[in-house]
Amino acid sequence: MKDDEKTIDEMLNPAGAENEFLTEEYYCQALPKAVQPVANKIVRKFYNWAQANSLWILAFGTGCGSIELPPLFTARYDISRFGLFPRPTPRQSGVFIISGYLSVKTLKRVIRSYEQMQNPKFVLALGSCTVNGGMYFDSYNTINRLDYYLPVDVYIAGCMPRPEALIAGFNKLKQLIKEGKAEGANKYAENFEWYKANQKKIIKNWDMPEYNW
Amino acid sequence: MMEGVLVKIGYALASLFLITNYGLLLIGVTMKIVARVHGRIGPPFWQPYVDIVKNISMRTTVSHGVMFYLGPIFRLTGGIGLYLIIPAVYGSVWLQNFSFSGDLILVLYFIFFGMLGMALGAAESGHPYSAMGVMRGLAQATTSEVPFALAIIAIAAQHHTLSIQDIVAAQQGGILHWNMVTNPLATIAGMLAFLGMMSHSPFDVHMAPQEIPIGPATEYHSSFLSLMQTNHSIFAAAKLVLFMNLFFGGATNILEMVIKTFLIFQWAVFVGVVFPRFRVEQAVRWFLKIPTAVGLAAVIVYMIH
Repeated sequence: MKDDEKTIDEMLNPAGAENEFLTEEYYCQALPKAVQPVANKIVRKFYNWAQANSLWILAFGTGCGSIELPPLFTARYDISRFGLFPRPTPRQSGVFIISGYLSVKTLKRVIRSYEQMQNPKFVLALGSCTVNGGMYFDSYNTINRLDYYLPVDVYIAGCMPRPEALIAGFNKLKQLIKEGKAEGANKYAENFEWYKANQKKIIKNWDMPEYNW
Repeated sequence: MMEGVLVKIGYALASLFLITNYGLLLIGVTMKIVARVHGRIGPPFWQPYVDIVKNISMRTTVSHGVMFYLGPIFRLTGGIGLYLIIPAVYGSVWLQNFSFSGDLILVLYFIFFGMLGMALGAAESGHPYSAMGVMRGLAQATTSEVPFALAIIAIAAQHHTLSIQDIVAAQQGGILHWNMVTNPLATIAGMLAFLGMMSHSPFDVHMAPQEIPIGPATEYHSSFLSLMQTNHSIFAAAKLVLFMNLFFGGATNILEMVIKTFLIFQWAVFVGVVFPRFRVEQAVRWFLKIPTAVGLAAVIVYMIH
């Protein structure tokens, strides 16, 4: 049997292993639930304002576009003045920037990282490759349309978009959050089966839990 | 009797409210100062408040067990406990806190207590980066405690007391009475240990802000994280008040406390923006050389005195 065909349980518990490795203890198999925003209008507006003014970006570059991210933190562009900070762990971050083309191999990691982020979470798609595949439209191992696999809040078209365009995209995202329109996490939870079916269609060796929190 | 207790609780809450806000503003202003050194504009000074509200407003949380919950609470207990046994303003009714005759010893324990609780909580999360951060953080904190403890012993020997209140009282009457002038060796050892305790740049490898592992807090998110951010401000401000009391004559009003603690904090910020980061074994070696030697010298002076 090839590695590709094994399930996750078979890989973790090879035949003849002494101690059984229980996946339930390490992965939560519960599916995501949509959590609606606070009912009180004033509190909801206040929370949305705080969300918009404290965006923590997951420091994960997926394609060639990730080279446009480091200049944002330098003296020339300085996005910290807008309340945007890089954060190394998905648990604490709120914004996921898909920077450029996304290979199928990276898509797996992107899905796992995205699912570890906490609701509300936002996805910013950078570059033409995330819109329709861009110059890699006929490549054998990149995806063409990102929003088949993850709910995207803002697209920034271009190849490559400059940091100024990215800042404009962040401003658009902030506007959406303040208006309460950036509900990507709930959209993902509500259409979970559709997203999973799309993801499984393109990822051949699916060796991950259904939902990773 | 009952009224006295209620009044004390009221004073303690007011004192905590003041120090929490002061700590948050201090962190915000420092972020601005560091940004200006980098040539950036930097986040607004109220950014720590927005971050806390944002973390509270996160709609989901994931728990990893009982100890995961207790970690931030232990840390907060350490911060609040440390602050409430140090007199923030000498002679003030409500900022006197609960200073008593042996608080200098308790302070040493409380500084470490929160860190141990955090270590247990972070270990419960099961993330390898958390364990790595905990190991690095505890190794560094333990060694930075050595010169600090020596400095405290020298101060206690100088004033023949273990009460912070009495140490502050002995320093009243002008700058020439401050321990900074009367006991320079202990002050140097203490202020070098202070760099390690504030976790600014040369000694921030356990936080590793620019690397993939973020340190012990890797798995902490949402309201857990906002609890830790609140504690961060209380703990930082409490340590600043402690150093002000030990070496720089304490404070007789709030304005004096703000100016002195701000300047003491700038010492760590200044060193942080100028010097690059030490690795953990370099930091350990550094602490056990010059700061410990200076601290030992400070103690020996009072042994033969």
